[in-house]
Amino acid sequence: MRITQGTFSFLPDLTDEQIKKQVKYCLDNGWAVSLEYTDDPHPRNTYWEMYGQPMFDLRDPAGLMMDLEECRKTYPKHYIRVTAFDSTHQWETPRLSFIVNRPPEEPGFRLKRQEQEGRKVRYTIDSYASDQPEGQRY
Amino acid sequence: MSAADKPEETRADEKTLDADAKVDLDAVFEASRIQEVFDQLDHDLVGLKPVKTRIREIAALLLVDHVRRQFDLASDSPTLHMCFTGNPGTGKTTVAERMADILHKLDYIREGHLVSVTRDDLVGQYIGHTAPKTKEVIKRAMGGVLFIDEAYYLYRPENERDYGQESIEILLQVMENNRDDLVVILAGYKDRMDRFFESNPGFRSRIAHHIDFPDYRADELESIGELMMNEENYHFSDDARQAFSEYIERRMRQPHFANARSIRNALDRMRLRQAKRLFEARGSITKSDLITIQADDVRASRVFDEPVDGEAGA
Repeated sequence: MRITQGTFSFLPDLTDEQIKKQVKYCLDNGWAVSLEYTDDPHPRNTYWEMYGQPMFDLRDPAGLMMDLEECRKTYPKHYIRVTAFDSTHQWETPRLSFIVNRPPEEPGFRLKRQEQEGRKVRYTIDSYASDQPEGQRY
Repeated sequence: MSAADKPEETRADEKTLDADAKVDLDAVFEASRIQEVFDQLDHDLVGLKPVKTRIREIAALLLVDHVRRQFDLASDSPTLHMCFTGNPGTGKTTVAERMADILHKLDYIREGHLVSVTRDDLVGQYIGHTAPKTKEVIKRAMGGVLFIDEAYYLYRPENERDYGQESIEILLQVMENNRDDLVVILAGYKDRMDRFFESNPGFRSRIAHHIDFPDYRADELESIGELMMNEENYHFSDDARQAFSEYIERRMRQPHFANARSIRNALDRMRLRQAKRLFEARGSITKSDLITIQADDVRASRVFDEPVDGEAGA
């Protein structure tokens, strides 16, 4: 099951050329881009690991692409996303984020039903991938 | 999104022309607005003939390349890594700053900013510190010009465990692989730069343009001084101008002479003496008093007391 999340979740995966243009757009807006990765695909997993530091004084997307290449080499089967952080007063938040790398196979989620008193049922989802310990998934 | 309509423009611009089509080089030259840069260069930088010639050559090459691409003639984008060598105060840093602007106008680099660094910014303090530090700097310089002042300090032959070597290797790799993304300019004194290249032959071969900055002649230094003065809204009285050219003559023959930098320092001291003179005279002063440097302000310099082959620099 293909995980989608972030700004371009409705689009097919972006090519490197497209990633570059989006990053350029972020930089032109004065946002600081950074790379994050994870191998836990749960939708509520908000805080991913940072790859390197946020690139606050970047001027050109080539800098991020260089890091992305390295990150892909290190974590070829992890999810990697680009996050653009707006440091303007009272924004101070990520303005845009999109996935730039994903595992070749995504096994999807198991639906868990928990029976409760009465005939109540609680539902939760659980990724098949996260059965394995961290670093050995995918 | 505004970025979306940009590629359309360039594609229309770069559609392949027929083999017998004619391109007006004048128009291309006009459109690049490079003449403005040349004029500015001639106006702001006195002398430096070989440097200006090389800049013109590079500009011509890039323009011709641009036209060639319109005919769909494949050619690799040229390497423009440079090395500036010359004595202190010959304008290496100033030209490097201009270079970023010129290459940007010529569409060779995308952003046109200059990141100026020295050994301290590239080389770390402990094992594993250097690579991230160097990469951080390189990332910042992407799309612009990376200017490494006194580059020979990167390599310390006396200490074989020096981390500078690591930095050099990363730089070499980036200079080769990311040729389209950034231009590296090294600068330093001629003899030490030569020694640096001897121990790092890879560096020499990856740099296409070795530009030597000549020392200034006395008359060039005079116009430089004049230019600096005008920028600061000062001017010489006629006597002072005469004294200033004598000053330059004498100063050039003394040790530790650093070309334009010495001139700048001398001018700063003249301003100091002028201020002191005005202050001590008390009473009312006019605007012309404030902007005029008198002969006394120049002649009070130590340079005039010392024999020309004296020991200490002014």
